[in-house]
Amino acid sequence: MLESAVTIEGESVSRVALTDESVALLRRLWQQHGPLMFHQSGGCCDGSSPMCFPAGDFVTSDQDVLLGRFDIAPTGSTGQPLEFWMSAEQFAYWSHTHLTVDVVAGRGSGFSVEAPEGVRFLIRSRLMETAQPFA
Amino acid sequence: MTVYAAPGSPDCKVVFKSRYEHWIGGGWVAPVKGQYFEDISPVNGKAFAEVARGTAEDIEAALDAAHKAAPAWGRTSTTERAAVLNRIADVIDANLELLAVAETWDNGKPIREPLNADLPLAADHFRYFAAAIRAQDGDFQEMDGDMTSYQYHEPLGVVGQIIPWNFPILMAAWKLAPALAAGNAIVLKPAEQTPVSILVLIELIGDILPPGVVNIVNGFGVEAGKPLASSSRIRKIAFTGETTTGRLILQYASANIIPATLELGGKSPNIFFSDVADRDDAFYDKAQEGFTLFAFNQGEVCTCPSRALIEKPIYDRFLGDAVERTRKAVQGNPLDTDTQVGAQASNDQLEKILSYIDIGKQEGAKLLLGGERNDLGGDLSEGYYVTPTIFEGHNGMRLFQEEIFGPVVAVTSFDGYDDAISIANDTLYGLGAGVWSRNGNVAYRAGRDIQAGRVWINNYHAYPAGAAFGGYKSSGIGRENNKLALTHYQQTKNLLVSYSENKLGFF
Repeated sequence: MLESAVTIEGESVSRVALTDESVALLRRLWQQHGPLMFHQSGGCCDGSSPMCFPAGDFVTSDQDVLLGRFDIAPTGSTGQPLEFWMSAEQFAYWSHTHLTVDVVAGRGSGFSVEAPEGVRFLIRSRLMETAQPFA
Repeated sequence: MTVYAAPGSPDCKVVFKSRYEHWIGGGWVAPVKGQYFEDISPVNGKAFAEVARGTAEDIEAALDAAHKAAPAWGRTSTTERAAVLNRIADVIDANLELLAVAETWDNGKPIREPLNADLPLAADHFRYFAAAIRAQDGDFQEMDGDMTSYQYHEPLGVVGQIIPWNFPILMAAWKLAPALAAGNAIVLKPAEQTPVSILVLIELIGDILPPGVVNIVNGFGVEAGKPLASSSRIRKIAFTGETTTGRLILQYASANIIPATLELGGKSPNIFFSDVADRDDAFYDKAQEGFTLFAFNQGEVCTCPSRALIEKPIYDRFLGDAVERTRKAVQGNPLDTDTQVGAQASNDQLEKILSYIDIGKQEGAKLLLGGERNDLGGDLSEGYYVTPTIFEGHNGMRLFQEEIFGPVVAVTSFDGYDDAISIANDTLYGLGAGVWSRNGNVAYRAGRDIQAGRVWINNYHAYPAGAAFGGYKSSGIGRENNKLALTHYQQTKNLLVSYSENKLGFF
């Protein structure tokens, strides 16, 4: 399990993590697509899925929150930074939960880069113990 | 009771090909890169056909075909185009059972739905837009005695459409019918979870359409959807799906300065006012069914009434009855006409629903019914079945705020009208809503106060062609199902004509 670095001002607890399987998959996808990012989706069909894009493909703005930043590189290798974003309006409803990105078999959808591999990133959640701000 | 024979058995209504290519320029075309992916039936979790795995090269080929076809198609009379749409509707009607079995096998939905809803509605959509385009007038205005402004509807040209997997044929019909009626050529990408049923349909209607007017490229979003949505060779993109991809599509559209219409789902409140329980009569029974409709199509509906709000005085009784009502829902073989709840469309969908059931429990929501995967045994053991699930909680919970797209309803109570509206509108989305009351004034006011594009009053989940459908807030942009949709596929040409011999006199 890889926990993200804290990126929200005033907080001290990681909000998002990657399972080992996710990290392994992300390293493979990185070789194909270059640097990557996540944006958490909402809404219908494949909503609630974390969408993985080539970094910068999805333009984030002030309407988004950077939930965390990972370095998925193996120890001793060059850094592979990966950011996890969510829209600010969605964060208002999700902020009490910690998110873990896992991988399951599936067809995928949206334009997320893992779909052709026959797998799908999936969010697992748990309640966060402290209320905001996480001092 | 009828149990339709499963594909592969001798008396099955549909015979799938072992491999489906793209449909480009009026015929089957193999993918440029020669790659295929398996279509898995959620009924039994097994692959049943291979489907072309499209890439940017295939999208370009489809766009070539569409651009070749668009000018002539755009010039056909509305009489001719309407006749084509009506013939498509006739073919759907004539092949009802074949298409229904294909749809159920591809998507997992109980076959009574495509037989009685998806396919009759799809046919009617083509007929509605055949009528709408015939009845659409241009307009003119006399600016002064010698000058008249004439306005014409012109097709946009070539448009892109990306279709979801929950109603594969019907959602395609919602987008195809207005675009075709308006005179556009189309490149359509079905969902990778349900690529085949649309191909079964196009094979039936292919010779009705001039080659290249409708082109279908299958494949994954990142490999086929993205090159379509970001192409500078489309004049409009239409998408149904989720918010992140919706924003991405708007980004691509902004780069090309083209319009986009988006339908991005919801978290629809279904509000039951106290007077619903004034009598134990047919209306009470109807309202109870209205609650249970959260399990319709396994909850895989953008407007799934997944938040039930029940007024305090009747809360215990109404909910108690509703739990018993839902307990009776028959889950089973989707090919059995008695089955009411079928399979979720894919394994990842199943996993997502289970992850929400998990977070619901952690958040302290009370599980009243269901809440687990259902192993139906035998051939269906590997299918993706979830029991209809009822949770009790409060509107701040994730269960109440995210579209689970499963047969899961989150129930809470409200204290009076203002509280009902406040809870109903406390959501990012605004696609659908239900209001149940015997008092017409209350129902009307609630319908106007709820920030959603479609409010069903004393009914739910009806989708007749003609009633405008689309979202407020983060649920999207644009309207479908109504003649308004024509304008999303049309350009306005203004001819400003002077009938005067006299110069302006400026120079």
